[in-house]
Amino acid sequence: MQDLNIKKEDDFIYMDNASSTKTDEIVIEEMLPFITGHYGNPSSIHKAGFDVKEKIEEARKKVARLINAEAEEIYFTSCGTESNNFALFGISDALKSKGNHIISSEIEHISVLNPLKELKKRGFEVTLLPVDDEGFIDIDKLEKSIKKETILISVMHANNEIGTIQKIYEISEIAASKGITFHSDAVATAGIIPVDVGKLGVSALSFSSQQMHGPKGTAALYLKKGTRIRPSLLGGVQERGRRAGTENVAGIIGFGKACEIANSEIDKNAKKLIVLRDKLIDGIKKSIKDIKLNGSIKHRLPGNVHISFEYVEGESIVLFLNMENIYVATGSSCASQALKSSHVCSAIGLGAATSQGSILFSLSKYNTAKEIDKVLKSLPPIIDKLRKMSPLYKG
Amino acid sequence: MYNEKVLDHFTNPRNVGEIKGADGVGEVGNPVCGDMMTFYIKVKDNKIDDVKFKTFGCGAAIAVSSMVSEMAKGKTLDEAMKITNKDVAKRLGGLPDNKMHCSNLGAEALHAAIENFRKKGEK
Repeated sequence: MQDLNIKKEDDFIYMDNASSTKTDEIVIEEMLPFITGHYGNPSSIHKAGFDVKEKIEEARKKVARLINAEAEEIYFTSCGTESNNFALFGISDALKSKGNHIISSEIEHISVLNPLKELKKRGFEVTLLPVDDEGFIDIDKLEKSIKKETILISVMHANNEIGTIQKIYEISEIAASKGITFHSDAVATAGIIPVDVGKLGVSALSFSSQQMHGPKGTAALYLKKGTRIRPSLLGGVQERGRRAGTENVAGIIGFGKACEIANSEIDKNAKKLIVLRDKLIDGIKKSIKDIKLNGSIKHRLPGNVHISFEYVEGESIVLFLNMENIYVATGSSCASQALKSSHVCSAIGLGAATSQGSILFSLSKYNTAKEIDKVLKSLPPIIDKLRKMSPLYKG
Repeated sequence: MYNEKVLDHFTNPRNVGEIKGADGVGEVGNPVCGDMMTFYIKVKDNKIDDVKFKTFGCGAAIAVSSMVSEMAKGKTLDEAMKITNKDVAKRLGGLPDNKMHCSNLGAEALHAAIENFRKKGEK
């Protein structure tokens, strides 16, 4: 068998949990029987089929419970991107006879922004609300941008880069009072902080398994009963005919387990993460000059540390940390395949150079204080070395 | 992502720094596009006697700067002007496709420094 050269756990420090998380071993155990056996098609009416179908429905209940929804309101998809595409295209298409105006924000994930670009081409009018320097949208501006053609508002629960948690209930109140469907991308929050669809007041909500120690390839769209949407895939009656196709059985089982675990430890994990997060922030502030912590301090994801290091570029920081087996992310244009710097950094008003030097450390329940110490030891010499090399740094 | 040669030049870049009283200085790029380089040269008998650089940029940008500085040292000004972006990428054993534009800046910065030196001479 080909050696994938995957390092043993202890050999590296993983702080890129906004991209993906380590799959919980209990989740893997739960999934295994559905990979090694139980191969029946859940739509078959014999025992090999309906036994699996039953397990899928159990998983659906667990997933629903995490966000305080009904099982019938959960639609399984393949990823967060699919959930967002399903919501935006499906809802706008179902409601197009009522109007063609959609409101969203400048800091949404690209899996919201790119569908909105496409919807514009198809004749919809899209308003992207700006955000303040902490990443909050202006509720007054939102209210003023609503018109009689507005059919859909989509604003993310928390931003995956800068970690700012939006005041969703303020938006949903306005949407409800005007009878506008409200979707929220909760990929960055579900399983990390409490997400209650009733309290948030959303009609649709996207969330994903791989962000909460579940497997990749599975996510969900919550759709409140009565919310109109056009099916995304046509075929059989899976997912009540709104998203046809044979289910990713092992993935869904794993997602269910991941939701169950997240639900039971959400407060404990969040408390732990906040301690680690603040230790990392304080440590960096003490040891490195000319840095900027981005996003809100008060309303912030528990595991999010997004910092701009002045005078240096992010990809080179990531590469040096990588050599010390510390894995983080950057919003630098050099590190992106598209060679564009983070739209979130520009939206919160960061200058070009500052934005290029932004690093995201995203922590999970598996990170430890010892790992934070190691990062705090490794980082200052790297920044120092790069600054000495930089024409922007005047020392 | 990067080959060993590129990583070597990235982690141990040659000729980093500034030359006080340089004969020519060339600056290209800006932080908006992600890369910025400044090259300093010292010229003796029409040859590049010393070269130093400072770079703000990604791994490829730093490795390219380092390689250009190595290639330029000891060359006549005319020879140095002939160093192309392709030569630099080749000497580095190749760069990822989306990083080829970084290799452009290295030679450009060196050439800008040489032109700066030549303009001074005209005065």
